[in-house]
Amino acid sequence: MLAYTARRLLIVLVTLLCASAVVFFVLEIVPGDPARLMLGLNASDAAVQALREQMGLNEPVLIRYFAWLGGMARGDFGTSLTYSVPVIELIGERVMVSVPLALIALVMSTAIAIPLGIFTAARRGRPADTAAMAGAQLGIAIPNFWFALLLVWVFAITLQWLPAGGFPGWSDGLWPGLSALLLPAVALALPQAAILTRITRSALIETLAEDYVRTARAKGLPARVVLWRHALRNALIPVLTILGLQFAFLLAGTIIIENVFYLPGLGRLVFQAIGQRDLIVVEGVVVLLVATVVFVNFLVDLAYGWADPRLRRR
Amino acid sequence: MAAPILTIAGLELAIAGTPVLRGIDMQIAPGTVHALVGESGSGKSMTALTVLRLLPNGAHAAGTVRLGEEDLLAAGEARMCALRGDRVAMVFQEPMTALNPVKTIGEQVAEGIRWHTGAGRADAEARAARMLDRVGLPPAKFPLDRYPHELSGGQRQRVVIAIACALAPRLLIADEPTTALDVVLQAQILDLLGELVAEDQMALMLISHDLGVVAGRADQITILREGAVQEAGNALEVLRAQRHPYTRQLAEASAHRPAWHNRAAPAGQRALLEARNIVREYPGQRAGLFSPARPLRAVDDVSFVVPAGRSVGLVGRSGCGKSTLARIVLALDRPTSGTVAFDGMRTTGLGDRDLRAARRKMQVVFQDPYGSFDPRQTVERLIAEPLHLEPRPLARAERRDRVESALREVGMPAEAMRRYPHEFSGGQRQRLAIARAIITRPRLVVCDEPVSALDVSTRAQILDLFARLNDELGLAYLFITHDLSVARAITHEVMVMQAGRIVERGATADVLDSPHSDAAQRLVAAAPDLNRAIERRVRSGAPYLPLEGRSEKQAKRN
Repeated sequence: MLAYTARRLLIVLVTLLCASAVVFFVLEIVPGDPARLMLGLNASDAAVQALREQMGLNEPVLIRYFAWLGGMARGDFGTSLTYSVPVIELIGERVMVSVPLALIALVMSTAIAIPLGIFTAARRGRPADTAAMAGAQLGIAIPNFWFALLLVWVFAITLQWLPAGGFPGWSDGLWPGLSALLLPAVALALPQAAILTRITRSALIETLAEDYVRTARAKGLPARVVLWRHALRNALIPVLTILGLQFAFLLAGTIIIENVFYLPGLGRLVFQAIGQRDLIVVEGVVVLLVATVVFVNFLVDLAYGWADPRLRRR
Repeated sequence: MAAPILTIAGLELAIAGTPVLRGIDMQIAPGTVHALVGESGSGKSMTALTVLRLLPNGAHAAGTVRLGEEDLLAAGEARMCALRGDRVAMVFQEPMTALNPVKTIGEQVAEGIRWHTGAGRADAEARAARMLDRVGLPPAKFPLDRYPHELSGGQRQRVVIAIACALAPRLLIADEPTTALDVVLQAQILDLLGELVAEDQMALMLISHDLGVVAGRADQITILREGAVQEAGNALEVLRAQRHPYTRQLAEASAHRPAWHNRAAPAGQRALLEARNIVREYPGQRAGLFSPARPLRAVDDVSFVVPAGRSVGLVGRSGCGKSTLARIVLALDRPTSGTVAFDGMRTTGLGDRDLRAARRKMQVVFQDPYGSFDPRQTVERLIAEPLHLEPRPLARAERRDRVESALREVGMPAEAMRRYPHEFSGGQRQRLAIARAIITRPRLVVCDEPVSALDVSTRAQILDLFARLNDELGLAYLFITHDLSVARAITHEVMVMQAGRIVERGATADVLDSPHSDAAQRLVAAAPDLNRAIERRVRSGAPYLPLEGRSEKQAKRN
């Protein structure tokens, strides 16, 4: 397992290096002068020259790449052009919203999906299964912003249990921040839970048809015990894969929900930065997201190794 | 006879309204082996699953199934759970999938012990270790924390047997326990089952499609066909007399020799396929993260020739490198060194484009008639597939004609074209695979265990087909098998392979009748042979066939 972990870690480092190169050089290849792109078409040549000098665009490409890498390693992502503050500060503020939001949504969706997936797989073909699967279908089909509006109307406007939007920050204690994230987290979690339920159910049904399940039944274990002891762990691999993908999505793919609830998250930051051609911010956020996705996949790989001893040797 | 452990009387079984078993009767006494023999679909496995009450949904059983005095058909699920694994246990056919891949073998053997006896973990593991030792997996060499994927097929089947026998059940059901194993492993596993039965005074229901496999071991025999008993009684008597026509038919199929005109034809001079000094190495297991791997030699300096129109057998145990060699011959894999020439043209190192001509004249039939077809394509498209190797594209009508004639040649109706693979039986699918192989009018067909997954009756028919195609089309075969009766039936000459090398070769009859090398002798000794087994039993007068290893062991024990 140690060698397996070390190999995976090596792959993580190589992937990060490649990804950073892709991000950097793609912005390099994009037609047009980044400085002019940022300043707009009406900017004077002198202003553009000044910005090029400030951004170090006149240096050779490789030198700039390594300077950029080195800067990031020290936590220096550059300075935002529109906000005139270090990108790292901007990201830092937003991460404090996006990461808790993604984590809460992920925990919720897992907590709903795995038990429901097991329940429906154990009762496949019966009315309870059919009903739950119809519900899951609905969860996938309904757009999450519409569901978010519904939640706001019920819990914020009618019942007035939770705030309808905005984010007060974490400085006033846990609850004000948490209560602002609950409704968006539910809105994000439901479609994810619906997908994960279906994956869990189908993976489990597939493993329940395996020969070793029959072997376990022939040992005298009741069907229920066989499901928990033998089928579940074997069914986890596809579930883990989807979980990893979902976390990556929840972290940055939440622009719509952030807009509905007026949350200052990473999605909105990058959305606005693109609109304002603030390439330095875009670069920083993209690299951060890439790093997160790679890291989450690393964790998923480790979980694979735990779930399936056959993978540990590779 | 002691009171029977298992009594089946008038057993009827229907699945979703379709009758599957019709009036089965059978009794098994302690310490005896009762063979249940029939072709696939005859209801053997369903009989076993009825005893365990692990039938598919929608199954309805009626009649009597008693374990000792207990009526199993009337027992509730909770009672059955208490009986399964404790009083009645089962060994399944496919050892590669019968074990849970994410649990250690120790856990899996100990699980049943803990479940039924309530023993603690340490206690149960100690008992599991003793049981694994008894089935030939001593804990010193096979620690309990091994995972199934770290074991070979034969070793996994021993683990499955250890799971089944851990609590010394009164009845053990073995459903084709050796069909997926090579002949040497088959003999070992059957010996092991025989010993366990004798030591623990279990009753063994031994299910097989092959009379040759059970002939040496069974005390009683029941022959099934289409869910009904054809003949039953003392195994030796039934097999010697072969009174019932179906028994005769099965016996004939077990040692089937097709009528094959070319069998005695002299060898031609021209080499169709020539392999020279083939070596194939694989990167081995790395000892550490950065230490280099020592390569494994799967094929070690092999040279041979297949003359045009001849059938050459390549026999050996599983893992000896047969299939690797086949892949190299087919240019699906590149040798580490050495060359293959087909029809005078060197194929080693050629790209796909240059291989087209050779591929057209050199086709393949694989073992698994289920896995080698895309289930979503019609038979017409599947069989027409190799036609893209033709030098010019064929018109639609022409393709159809070619498919139709290929189907006719393998004895299938033309209307099969419009159907899908799942609509055919295993034997029919293997005919379709052969049709696909001959549609380009090849000169050589490489057959990789093409009849190993088939029951003896179907196997006999497919062997007839191979013989006829050789007679009519002059096809040469490279026939890979671990089964010597197959090699005897359909090859002119054989090569015996062991650990990547060819250790013996010659005319088929010479090698199989008087083998010289160890490997060949072991294969011949282990090969199930109905007539030889009966002869030996008659001569010895023993209830079991006393195999060399077994009689020594018993002598020691006594």
